[in-house]
Amino acid sequence: MDFALSEEQQFLTQTVNDLLRDQCSLDVVRNDASENQTKNASLYHALTELGIPGTLISEDYGGVGLRLLDAALIAESLGGSVATVPFIGSSVLAPVAIQLAGSEVQKDTWLPRLASGEITCGVALGDHVGARDNTPISTNGATVSGRAMFALDVQDADVFLVATKNCELHLVEAGEVELNRLFTIDKTRSVGEIVFDSASSDPLLSSGDLKGTLATVVDAGRVVVAADTLGAGQAMLDKAVAYAGERQQFNRVIGSFQAVKHMCAEMAAELEPCRSLVWYAAHAFDAIPEEARLTACHAKAHLAEVGRFVARKATEVHGGMGFTDLLGLHYWFKRIELNRQLLGTPEFVRNEAAKLQGWI
Amino acid sequence: MDLEYSAEYEDFRSELRNFLEEHKHLSPGAVARAPANRESKTDGPNPAQRWQQLLIENGYAARTIPKEYGGCGEEPDSLKAHIIAEEFAKARVRPGHSGDNRLVPTVLELGTEEQKRWLVPPSIRGEMSWCQGYSEPGSGSDLASLSTRAEVDGDDFVINGQKIWTSGAQHADMMFCLVRTEPDAPKHQGISYLVFSMDTPGIEVRPLVTMTGEATFNEVFFTDARVPKNQIIGKRGEGWFVANNTLKHEREGLGDPHQAENRFREIEELMQNENVDGEPIMNNPAHRDRLLQLQGRMLAMKYNGMRVLTSQRKHEEPGLPRWIIKLQGCELNHQMAAMAIDSLGELGTLYHHSEHIRAGGMWQQRFMMDLGLIIGGGTAQIQKNMIGERALGLPKEPKVEVKPA
Repeated sequence: MDFALSEEQQFLTQTVNDLLRDQCSLDVVRNDASENQTKNASLYHALTELGIPGTLISEDYGGVGLRLLDAALIAESLGGSVATVPFIGSSVLAPVAIQLAGSEVQKDTWLPRLASGEITCGVALGDHVGARDNTPISTNGATVSGRAMFALDVQDADVFLVATKNCELHLVEAGEVELNRLFTIDKTRSVGEIVFDSASSDPLLSSGDLKGTLATVVDAGRVVVAADTLGAGQAMLDKAVAYAGERQQFNRVIGSFQAVKHMCAEMAAELEPCRSLVWYAAHAFDAIPEEARLTACHAKAHLAEVGRFVARKATEVHGGMGFTDLLGLHYWFKRIELNRQLLGTPEFVRNEAAKLQGWI
Repeated sequence: MDLEYSAEYEDFRSELRNFLEEHKHLSPGAVARAPANRESKTDGPNPAQRWQQLLIENGYAARTIPKEYGGCGEEPDSLKAHIIAEEFAKARVRPGHSGDNRLVPTVLELGTEEQKRWLVPPSIRGEMSWCQGYSEPGSGSDLASLSTRAEVDGDDFVINGQKIWTSGAQHADMMFCLVRTEPDAPKHQGISYLVFSMDTPGIEVRPLVTMTGEATFNEVFFTDARVPKNQIIGKRGEGWFVANNTLKHEREGLGDPHQAENRFREIEELMQNENVDGEPIMNNPAHRDRLLQLQGRMLAMKYNGMRVLTSQRKHEEPGLPRWIIKLQGCELNHQMAAMAIDSLGELGTLYHHSEHIRAGGMWQQRFMMDLGLIIGGGTAQIQKNMIGERALGLPKEPKVEVKPA
């Protein structure tokens, strides 16, 4: 029994954090945000050199062949630095789907290029995680029609993975679709609306356990979104603690006032168990299939709740400065808020957890 | 990350399961630890004591206490301890005890040989029960300001003063107690740690009825109570450091994640079995969502506990994951009790004999007791100070003496 990160995993986290510290400063994020840039070329290139886009891709296809827990640790680091690069769609949902459902030819076609960072993949699962304003995605042979909202990692994507209303998974090349970017509060990630009008597709899976496969893909995404919130929340807590230890009023650092200290303690007390929940859910995806779906739901929902709490309290600890653009805290705040709604709101996901347990 | 248990531990677990299956009918029921009956000691061991003895013989209680003091003499193994807690909880059988999880480790660590032989064996047999004399009316969170005096007179300490919040004092055989022996020393350095019989002349116990309607706590008054000088644990003036050893053990004991998981399962059953307007409460989406939120919190705390356990096995300081357990664990239990009460609605308010009462009013009792636990053993606010200062490194409040106006 060893519920802890391995030395390799600690090293991975350290390596990614070092890189992000050098190449993803707040100035970089601010600049990207002002240009609506969510795929910072030099940062993405540096991450590619570490093999990050291929984290979950088997070594047979040029990837690193790691597990979801490793991907969750990377997401935590990316969330911690509000990094302006694709990951959840292109490096988690798409590789998991293609490896689960793709033919040998499809794997050979797409995985090595995803792993090398040569291409990125936008992912549209909207019909299955609380569709809003969608036009259901339908198929006619190897063509796809409909409108998918809130597709992830869409900027400069070369190909799109789309789930149809009846749970088929299709790959559609970018030239086949109309992409309209959606500008959310979070300027560090790209989401968009994709319009398919008889777009020709490469169907990944159109028979067999369609629902089960799609659900597994969603599980992976939920764990990784939760991990991103964990990282962003931890960064906000760390900033709040640092600020409380420096800022002086009434001739005292404000962290010595219990009103401020207790806000910090409450954030830590709420957030720290979340780390274990994310680890467990990721490990369950990798190794305990019978617990994977329920723990993925709980990780997604609980991190959404705690993330919002921490984002708010950490802002309050910074007083008026927290509310300004000067400190840039709002990038983390907004990333946490977008994560909350992605791949199913907490209420939506908890309802799924109720069904899983036979309560409905 | 590897959540499998090695063969040694799997064997240990299956032996324990077999043991529980075979013997659980002998367990004296899932009630709080029965007070040792001070009146009828000559009648031989009571069922609770016999159960404890059986557990010790089989290595499931007092595991790490050396054999010469009546324990099993096993090496500390936090994983085995975890498996024992888990299996007893799953089987809903009352676990054994280690005498008193605050006093016994303290005596073993800091007592003299004579004290160990005197105090440890009867404690772990359940023949010598304990109460803790720490808090005073004027010294709660600021415990080190305590003012119960013990003055030396010949071969004795003579104690005068008052303790409060003394759980189980009306049943206990013995008290471990903090007293001020060096009134002129700085407050942390003038305290000594004494142990004595509750039959000592000059001790008066008055039950303190709490909001639950029960008197689990007491006030204890000392009027010239004489305690032999050799009944001090550690040196004179070092009682604060001896006591911190005790408080450490108490903090770790609270907020057990197995307890939370069991409680969660009970509420799940309740919501499936209780009907409102002919429909199971589970069908109400608002109640169901609340239950799911609690499940998320409960799982996070359960896995947090696994992380602490792993750190302990590697002899690493668990840090923040351990600091938060008391605060978060007690709060979670309290909220779960609230959830159960709200599921029962008006029925949830029944507290005394009624044919309609559910589980004997247990949820109300827990709801109130848990609030007591949020306050006791270091209030939630003191916990937050400790998290802020010791885990996050924030500065302490500046010390200013403020006299009441």
